[in-house]
Amino acid sequence: MENLNSYLIVSAILFAIGTIGVLTRKNVIVMFMSIELMLNAVNLTFVAFSRYLGNLDGQIFVFFIMTVAAAEAAVGLALIIAFFNNKESIDVEDVNLMKW
Amino acid sequence: METLFFLIITLVAIVSAILVITCKNPINSALSLIMTFFCLATYYVMLDAPFMAAVQVMVYAGAIMVLIVFTIMLLNIRVDSSKKHSHKLVLGSIIGFFTLLNTIFVLVKSRAALPTGPYSGEMLRSIGHTELVGREMFTNFLLPFEITSILLLVAIIGAVILAKKKI
Amino acid sequence: MFDNVWLIPLFPLIGFLINGLFGKKIKNEAVIGAIGTLAIFASFVVSCLILMQMIGLPAEQRVFEKVLFPWIHSGNFKADMAFLLDPLSCVMIMVVTGVGSLIHLYSIGYMHGEEGFYRFFAYLNLFCMSMLLLVLGSNMLVMFIGWEGVGLCSYLLIGYYFHKKSAGDAAKKAFVMNRVGDFGFLLGLFTLYWWFGSNHNIWTINFVEIKAASHLLPYGGVVTVATLCFFVGATGKSAQLPLFTWLPDAMEGPTPVSALIHAATMVTAGVYMIGRMSFVFAKSPDTLLVIAVVGAATAIFAATIGTAQNDIKRVLAYSTVSQLGFMFLAMGVGAFSAGIFHLMTHAFFKACLFLGSGSVIHSMHHALHKIHSHDDAQDMRNMGGLRKAMPITFITFAVSTIAISGIPPLSGFFSKDEILWMAFSNQFHGNVNIYLWGIGAVAACFTAFYMWRLVFMTFFGDCRINPTAKSYLHESPLVITIPLMVLGALAAVGGFIGVPKILGGLNHFEHWLEPVFETAHEYSTQYAHHGAHPSHSVEWTLMILSTVIAVIGIMIAATMYVKNKSLPGRFVATFPTLHRAVFNKWYVDEIYDYLFVNPCKAFGQFLWKGFDVLIVDGVVNGVANTVMGFSGIFRYMQSGYIYNYAFSMALGVVVMLGYFIFK
Repeated sequence: MENLNSYLIVSAILFAIGTIGVLTRKNVIVMFMSIELMLNAVNLTFVAFSRYLGNLDGQIFVFFIMTVAAAEAAVGLALIIAFFNNKESIDVEDVNLMKW
Repeated sequence: METLFFLIITLVAIVSAILVITCKNPINSALSLIMTFFCLATYYVMLDAPFMAAVQVMVYAGAIMVLIVFTIMLLNIRVDSSKKHSHKLVLGSIIGFFTLLNTIFVLVKSRAALPTGPYSGEMLRSIGHTELVGREMFTNFLLPFEITSILLLVAIIGAVILAKKKI
Repeated sequence: MFDNVWLIPLFPLIGFLINGLFGKKIKNEAVIGAIGTLAIFASFVVSCLILMQMIGLPAEQRVFEKVLFPWIHSGNFKADMAFLLDPLSCVMIMVVTGVGSLIHLYSIGYMHGEEGFYRFFAYLNLFCMSMLLLVLGSNMLVMFIGWEGVGLCSYLLIGYYFHKKSAGDAAKKAFVMNRVGDFGFLLGLFTLYWWFGSNHNIWTINFVEIKAASHLLPYGGVVTVATLCFFVGATGKSAQLPLFTWLPDAMEGPTPVSALIHAATMVTAGVYMIGRMSFVFAKSPDTLLVIAVVGAATAIFAATIGTAQNDIKRVLAYSTVSQLGFMFLAMGVGAFSAGIFHLMTHAFFKACLFLGSGSVIHSMHHALHKIHSHDDAQDMRNMGGLRKAMPITFITFAVSTIAISGIPPLSGFFSKDEILWMAFSNQFHGNVNIYLWGIGAVAACFTAFYMWRLVFMTFFGDCRINPTAKSYLHESPLVITIPLMVLGALAAVGGFIGVPKILGGLNHFEHWLEPVFETAHEYSTQYAHHGAHPSHSVEWTLMILSTVIAVIGIMIAATMYVKNKSLPGRFVATFPTLHRAVFNKWYVDEIYDYLFVNPCKAFGQFLWKGFDVLIVDGVVNGVANTVMGFSGIFRYMQSGYIYNYAFSMALGVVVMLGYFIFK
C-alpha cells in the first residue's frame, strides 16, 4: 500500500476544496454536494488510518457516517424542496430571514 | 506501478472535486462529484477495504447522488446565473487554503503510532474484508448499528413531512 | 366568658366576608342588612356577657389577657395576637358594639335602594372589626392594626359615592391626614420600645408589661418625646388641631357613616389611646399641658366655625371636633375617666344627632326628589318647621341637643361639667387652669348656641321648603326611628352612671375605671402643686355657672333664630370680615393648601418634570440609545445570510486550529 501520508494529503486537499465550495457557492444544492465532498474526505482519512493501524473501528465509523449522510441527504433535499416551494429559488441569498 | 496508479487517481479525484465547486450547471457538478466518489472507492480498494468501496459506490455514487440529481431535475434548476461575489470567492479561497495548510501541517508534524490492531493486510486478504467487518459490526457495534435504523426511520418520516405541501 | 373575647371581632369579620364576597350575589337587601346587623349584634351580646362577668369580679381582678396565637416572635421582639380585657376596653366594646348595632339597623332603612348596598354593609362590618381590634388589642401592634384598619374603612366609607369627585377627594384627604397621624403613632411606639429595651432590657410593646415597668420611666425627657409622638397620632385620628380638617369633609359619606365613624367610634380612638397609655402620659406634665391646650383650642376653634355653617351635617361635624376637644382637655388635665365618660355620652347623643339629621336628610331628599327639585337636601336654609312632619325625629333630636348643651340632668351635663371642673381644679397646670376652664366654658356656650341654632332652623319656624314638596315630608320608617329612640333615651339617662359626689351620686363610672387609671394618678400626684383645694362651694358655683352659660347660649340662639330673625343678617352686616372668616372655616383649608398642599404639588411637579423626565427617563433612554447605537454597528454581523455564518464558523475553526498547531 501507499504511504499513509499521501492518502492523508489527498484527503486534506479534498476537504479544503469542499470548504471552498461551501463558502463560495450560492446554490444550495452545490453547497450540499460540497459538504458531501468534505464528508468523503474525512471517510478517506478514517479508512486510511484504519488500514494503517490494523484496526477496523475506523471503517465501522465510516459506515455510520454513510448512514448519517444518507439521512442527511434525504432530509436536506426535502428541506431544499420545501424552500423552493416557498421562494421559487434555491439561492442561499434568499435565505435571509434570520437577520435582526 | 502502484504509485503511478495512485497519482493518476489522485489527479482525477482532485480535478473532479474542483469541477464540483466550479461548474455553473449543478448537473455537471453532480456528475463530477460521482467521479470523485468513484476515485475514493478506488482508494478504498487500494487500502484493502473492498467492502467499503462497494458501499461507497452503492450508497454515495448510487443512492445519494441519484437523489441529488433527481432533485436538481425536479426543481428544474437552470445555470447559476446570479452575479458572483468576488470578495466571497477570495475569502472562501483564503479560508480553504488555511484549512489545507493546517491539515497538512498536522500530518507532517505528527507521528503516527505503530500498528496495534490485529487486522493486518494478510489477514484481510485471507479471511476477507467483508466478513471481518461483519463480525466487528455485529459483535462490538451491534447497538449503534441497530440505532442507525431508528435514525434512518426518523429521516424518512422527516423527509416525507418536509417535502409535502400540505400534511 | 373572658376566654371567648375573640368572638367579638370575629363576628363582624364573618359578616364582612359574607357580605363582601357574596353580597353581590345575594342581592336581597333584607338578607344583607340582617347579616351585617346580626354580626355586630352578636358581638354586642358577647360584650354584654363579658361586662356582666367583669362586674361580678372584685376590682383588682378585672384585668384579663387572652393570647390567641403568637404572631411575631423575633429575637427580643415579641408580639402576640392577644386581647386585653379591663374596665376601659369593656366600656369601649360596649359603646362600639352597642352604638354600632343601632347604626347598622338604621342603615338598613337609610341605605334602602342605594347602589352597592352590600358594599356598604361589608365596609361597616370591617370597620367595626377594626375598631374592636383597636380597643381590644393587648399590645401596640394589634392596636395599630385596628388603628390603620379604621383609617382604611374611613377612606372606603367616605368615598362610598366614589363617582362624586368631592367624595373621592374627601376620602383621600381623610386618609392622608390619618397617615400623618399614624406616622406619629409609630414613632411614639418605636421610641418607647427602644427606650425600654436599651435602658432596661425590657423589650416589650405589651400594655400590661409596659404598665408594670412604667415606674422606670423618667418624668419628662424621652417620655415627653414619645408621648408627643403618640399625641400627634391621636390628633390625626381624633381630628384635633392641626389635623382636624378631614372630619368636616368626611361628611361626604352617607350619614350612618358619619354617625358611626366620625362621631361615635373612630374619632374617639385617640382619646382611648391616651387613656390606654395614661400611665405613660402621666409621666410627662409637659405633654399633658400640650394636650390640654390643644384640646381647649380645638374645642373653641371648631365651635366658632360651627356657628356659621349651613349644612346640617357640617354643623354636627364641627360639633364633633369641638366635643373631641373637650375630651382631650379632660385627658390633658389628668381627668382620664371624665374624658372616657364624655366619650361615652358623646357617642350616645352625637350618634343620635347624626342619625336624626340623617332622618331629616332622608325625608328632605325624598320630598325634593318627588318634585324634581335640585335643592340641597342638607342645607338648613331649605328646611324649617319640620317638627310637625317628623315628631319622633324631632323629639329625639331635641333630647340629644339638650344633652350636648349641658343642661342637667341629661348625660352631657355630667360629663362636660366634670371636665370643666377638673380643668379648673386640677393641680398640674397652675395658672393655666383658669384659662383652660374659661375657654372650655366659652366653647360650651358656643356649643349650646350652634346646636340650638341648628334645631331652630331645622325644626321650628316656617317651612322654607317648596309647598309641593312639603306634602311629601313624612316621618322615617321604624327601622330608622327605633335606633333614634334608643339612642335618645341613652343620651337622656346615660349620665346617671357618673353622677358626681357633690350631687349625691356615687360616680360609678369613675370607680369602674379606677383600676385602669390608678397608676396614672399615682404618677401625676408626684408633680402636683398641692395648693388650696377648691371647696365644695366653688364646685357648686362653677356647676351653676356652666349651666347658666349653656342657657345663655340657647337664649341667644332663640333670640336670633326664632324671635328676631333679622338679627343674624344684621350681625353679618355689622361684622362682615368676621363672618366671612368663620363661614370659610377660618381659611384653615386655604392655609393648608398654601403651606403644604401647593408646595407638595410643586415639588411633585418638579420631581415629575425635572427629575423623572430628565434624569430618570434620561438615564433609561440613554442606556437604551447607547445599546442601540452599538447594536447598529454590530448588526451588520447579523446579515441573515447563511453563508456568512458558515464563513464565520469556518474562520473560527481555522483560527483555533492554527492557534493550537502553531503555538
